[in-house]
Amino acid sequence: MSGLAEWLERNPAVGRWVRGRNAVIGMPYVWLLVFFMLPFLIVLKISVSEVEGVRFKDVLTFSDNLLQLTIKLGNYVFITQDDLYFKTYLSSVKYAAVTTVLCLAIGYPFAYFMARAKAAVQPTLLMLVMLPFWTSFLLRVYAWKGLLSEGGWVAGLLNTFGVDQLLLAAGLIPALGKYMNSPFSLVLGMTYTYLPFMILPLYGNLAKMDLRLLEAAADLGATPFTAFWKITVPMSRAGIIAGSMLVFIPCIGEFVIPELLGGPQTLMIGRVLWDEFFSNNDWPMASTVAVVMILLIIVPLVVFNHYQARAQESRS
Amino acid sequence: MAIAASPTKGSEVPAFLTIEDVVKDFGGGAVAVNHVSIDIAQGEVFALLGSSGCGKTTLLRMLAGFETPTSGRILLAGKDIADLAPYERPFNMMFQSYALFPHLTVWDNIAFGLRRDGMDKGKIAERVESMLKLVQLSKFGKRKPHQLSGGQQQRVALARCLAKRPQVLLLDEPLGALDKKLREETQIELVNIIEDVGVTCVMVTHDQEEAMTMASRIAVMSEGRVMQIGAPSDVYETPATRFVADFIGNVNLMDGTLVADEPDHCIVDCGDIQHFVGHGITGTAGMKVSVAVRPEKIHLSRHPPASEAGHESHGTGFNRAKGVVKNLAYFGSFTVYHVELEGGRLLKVSQNNTQRYRNDDLTWGDETWAHWSRQSQVVLTQ
Repeated sequence: MSGLAEWLERNPAVGRWVRGRNAVIGMPYVWLLVFFMLPFLIVLKISVSEVEGVRFKDVLTFSDNLLQLTIKLGNYVFITQDDLYFKTYLSSVKYAAVTTVLCLAIGYPFAYFMARAKAAVQPTLLMLVMLPFWTSFLLRVYAWKGLLSEGGWVAGLLNTFGVDQLLLAAGLIPALGKYMNSPFSLVLGMTYTYLPFMILPLYGNLAKMDLRLLEAAADLGATPFTAFWKITVPMSRAGIIAGSMLVFIPCIGEFVIPELLGGPQTLMIGRVLWDEFFSNNDWPMASTVAVVMILLIIVPLVVFNHYQARAQESRS
Repeated sequence: MAIAASPTKGSEVPAFLTIEDVVKDFGGGAVAVNHVSIDIAQGEVFALLGSSGCGKTTLLRMLAGFETPTSGRILLAGKDIADLAPYERPFNMMFQSYALFPHLTVWDNIAFGLRRDGMDKGKIAERVESMLKLVQLSKFGKRKPHQLSGGQQQRVALARCLAKRPQVLLLDEPLGALDKKLREETQIELVNIIEDVGVTCVMVTHDQEEAMTMASRIAVMSEGRVMQIGAPSDVYETPATRFVADFIGNVNLMDGTLVADEPDHCIVDCGDIQHFVGHGITGTAGMKVSVAVRPEKIHLSRHPPASEAGHESHGTGFNRAKGVVKNLAYFGSFTVYHVELEGGRLLKVSQNNTQRYRNDDLTWGDETWAHWSRQSQVVLTQ
């Protein structure tokens, strides 16, 4: 420790740079570099490595004055050829998208009325939204198994209202009265789990809105309905995007919920990843799937950041 | 008779917008608007003037339809509009914060109200262009509100509420968000535009200069009640009550006793000052009254002036007092002196600086005579 301090004393420029603002800003970047970028590069390396027995060959070798870079693209080629991967990617995106739309449909009115509620009750409402986080996520998802399986009271309730006939007609459950391990139970579980992530950014956005804008709209002849669609919704775009990204991105890679509530119909990429790693023990293949998945998630993230930047620009 | 119409009664104008015995009670003790009745003529610029919390904004919001009166009626050309929702009223309001839609361009902001009326596209474009021209922002149609200066935003807000050709234009502290220099320029500009358009206008302000320069008539409000309604000069020169005299401009208020009340003059004894007032009042000798004299109507001189009118009086003579300059504040175009009289009373006097430098300028500690004419006082009985 004293060695470092002495060294910094001898190099005041470095000392100045390391201290203060740069240190604070730098810390999360160092964290991301060490715990995200580095592992990602390792995974990337594994995905293009050849396996020799139980160990990976080096990508870069130097022997006989020959520097060799060996990149095996076989796994990537294989992914594009075997339609299992393409289908599971597509199905992951589909379930994530459906979940996002449902969360938005349920979360928007929820956040809207929360933001327009009396200021005194808002903290309580906010607390109630976050209350489920106090119980383990695994436990809450597992509880749905009991509620939805035959004899579970949510299943009973759905049966009474004849919802199962509707769901069966839509092809969302395998048979009448059987809700578990179906697209229905999967989407229900994911929507249930990710709803707070939609509500919180939307609430934050809607609560900040200047209500005089709605008065101005009314004054200019807009009915409350028109004012909602022409003023409130466009102005909450940043909140909608933030909430949607917070739901969509983790949903794509979700493993636990499909494992507990999904079924044979609902193969998602998280499951494939698991199988490649732990059942097939094919690490290069698993790494390839992981890399492609990350790329798949980065695209919506870039879109999100782009809109965030634009929204910030128009606010300033 | 110099005292104007009684406080809450308007002058006789054909009413276009009538506020009839309106009360707004939010509960919790204080009544925001307390039995207010005002008649506003067509084409008039009418100002509601008062300090914050006097109920002026609540009254304006009731006109716009954002609040419902607890009791009383609001009539437009004889028709009760109290039950109409804001979007059904032919009123448009310019908000203090402008409330421009930040996600829409200037052009779309102005077109917003027109689109709600289902006007066809060609007509909307024509109207928006003419509005942009009216407020001299033709080049700024494609900008977003945050890309404009405060003054430009204010003009967009004005264009937006004029675009629908409202029957009544409501202005909430129209110049409140602008700095002083810009405010003075905009006052005149705003009045010109409103007069060009010929729209009836009700404005709310706490700034008396703004009310006086822009409005044809002013209602002075306090604690939910209208204290006086009149033209700016009426309210300033013939305030009806001590409150109004004190609220509008600067004033020297002197409590005293009515000594004599003749048809052509009256005399008020304020102890250290004897007032000879050039008009009679309806009072009886011995009643308690106040005399208000504006600082600019008092003159200062080093030598004792003649006592007013040659009437005899005891003590110092009429309409004059001897004192010492206790304090002075130089404002450039005029100077305000605080003259301490021998009895300890402080008199505010303002003198125009008509010459650049004078050798006999009064300064701290100088002895001086303050005097004023018989036409300068107002006798207040309430």
